[in-house]
Amino acid sequence: MRLIAENLGGERGGELLFSGLHFAVSSGEALIVTGPNGSGKSTLLRIIAGLLSQVEGMLRLEGAPAAFEGLAAAAHYLGHLNAMKSVLSVDENLHFWQSFHGRGQCSIEEALECVSLGEIGHLPFGYLSTGQKRRVSIARLLVSDRPVWLLDEPTAGLDKASETQFAGLMRGHLTGGGIIVAATHLPLGLEGSKELALGGAA
Amino acid sequence: MSDAVSKTGRWIDLANPTRFLSLAGGILPWLGGLTALVLAIGFWMSMNAPDDYQQGSTVKIMFIHVPFAWLSMMCYTIMSIAALGTLVWRHPLADVSAKAAAPIGAVFTALALITGSLWGKPMWGTWWVWDARLTSVFVLFLMYLGIIALTRAMDDPAKSAKATAILTLVGFINIPIIKFSVDWWNTLHQPASVLRMGGSTLDPSYLKPLLVMAIGFTLLFFTLHMMAMRNEIWRRRVTAMRRVAARSADRGTVS
Amino acid sequence: MGALFLRDVRLGLRAGGGALVGILFFLAVIAVVPFGVGPDLKLLSRIGAAMLWIGALLATLLGLDRLFQADRDDGSLDLLIMASDRHMLPLTILVKCLAHWTVSVLPLVIASPLLGLFMNMEPAAIGATALTLLVGTPAITLIGAVGAAVAVSLPRGGLLVSVIILPLTIPVLIFGVSASYGAVEDPAPFLAPFLILAAITLFFAVLGPIAAAAALKSSAD
Repeated sequence: MRLIAENLGGERGGELLFSGLHFAVSSGEALIVTGPNGSGKSTLLRIIAGLLSQVEGMLRLEGAPAAFEGLAAAAHYLGHLNAMKSVLSVDENLHFWQSFHGRGQCSIEEALECVSLGEIGHLPFGYLSTGQKRRVSIARLLVSDRPVWLLDEPTAGLDKASETQFAGLMRGHLTGGGIIVAATHLPLGLEGSKELALGGAA
Repeated sequence: MSDAVSKTGRWIDLANPTRFLSLAGGILPWLGGLTALVLAIGFWMSMNAPDDYQQGSTVKIMFIHVPFAWLSMMCYTIMSIAALGTLVWRHPLADVSAKAAAPIGAVFTALALITGSLWGKPMWGTWWVWDARLTSVFVLFLMYLGIIALTRAMDDPAKSAKATAILTLVGFINIPIIKFSVDWWNTLHQPASVLRMGGSTLDPSYLKPLLVMAIGFTLLFFTLHMMAMRNEIWRRRVTAMRRVAARSADRGTVS
Repeated sequence: MGALFLRDVRLGLRAGGGALVGILFFLAVIAVVPFGVGPDLKLLSRIGAAMLWIGALLATLLGLDRLFQADRDDGSLDLLIMASDRHMLPLTILVKCLAHWTVSVLPLVIASPLLGLFMNMEPAAIGATALTLLVGTPAITLIGAVGAAVAVSLPRGGLLVSVIILPLTIPVLIFGVSASYGAVEDPAPFLAPFLILAAITLFFAVLGPIAAAAALKSSAD
């Protein structure tokens, strides 16, 4: 499985942020997108997720499993926002996304254990701290299976222990043949990942 | 001086929710029993009251309609006093009391409207007329619902308490309007007959069961109100404990 | 899809009593009518059906702006759009509309007979009005979905949504009210406007979600 971008260009609000991007990420590889604020990291991820259309170039996913046709269908997107309802409990939130996205290998309890939040599934999402909320959205990536993870500043609000834990989860995903594209300015603790620097030349 | 201090001390004692819970636990069974007893006597007396020569047996709707209408106003008055308690004395239970009373008041008001409507159909030939008394009670019902909606819209009790208290006090204007609407305007609804200058116009054979029923339903109100306050205190404790649980879960991972 | 319906219903019931506010607005609108036109029972019974319809129309428009905005604010909308290969986006929107209708509009329909009594309407007129509301209000929600989707990226789109879709809902109002009158006034037919009303609802059950889906897809940024 390979995620390939050729001559990719993206804009936001009419302003061209990047153009002529080339990269290819294969199964088991991670691509870390770095760059200063406003260099187009989030825009690139949203283009890959299919939420924005590119200005030029092309983007394709080759050799994806049959269950996932199309790049958007094969991708988990973890944006700045957590996509959780604060009045519903953690369990209810995850249960909804699991049945909406399809059941994965992890059950909700296992996924919450993976982010060390095993005991608070019954609490309303709104009661949690910022870091805990982020970890619940990371658990969302685990309850349904998607080969491609698109992560936008995934460690924002996480403490050191949770960062290490999350790095372990990402390594597990890569070992299982997954692809990760992450936009970040903090080291994620992934060895041997490719790096794409945006906005340096401009 | 020392007297004042001990007095405030006692106030704070009563304000302590734990004290209130144990007090309520002790009083509630007795209050509930008394309510059931008085209501049972009241029902029995109502059943045995004579039929009216004009209205027939429909006159007996009065025995529940009048207490409901009276309670709908009393409940709002209690909420207004509680609102003052929140704003002026900052009594910690005042807000609990107002919040617990609102749904009960709304139900009593709805029952007053429904029973009045059932009574009006044979008497006036219509379920509803837009006269001053009926309309002002309907507005009272809307105000109860508005207050309930406001308390539910904010999940932080400290924030909603003051907003609700202010709304309640502003809405209190309606209570005298309801009480005196039958005197101020010429309406279809009959004027006050129980509480008025120069004694009641009601025959004792009706007045006695009505008074017993009124006392019974008032007791019922206080029983329900105390239970609702207890529930509200418990609900707030559960919320607080859940927040603590969320925080302690985090500490568990760091250590 | 069932999960989405359940989630939205739960949210509607829990999130600060949004359903209660709609009903309250409906009650308040009906309650001010007699103050405006006077407490003449004959007049009230004549305009009752129209007033119930206008009240229900306004109350339905009330919460519509939050239909997609709440999901946009917490990022859920992105994921719903991304899943469009798996769940067709118009279908997702239809389910969201149905959930919204169940929580915020169905209670209005249930309360409408009671308000009919306040307006001194005849039993047949009350029944007909409740029935036409039941059939016609989904169309308002579905048309409203288009407005909500168009205005989703605006920070204060609330009033704009109502202004955009109010003209579009006029056919629903016309046929709803004429069917309600058709049930009680002799020369006027009931069935014909009622069937047209049902047709409008079915038509917008298809067109509304498709248009809203197109608007949502292009609104993402």
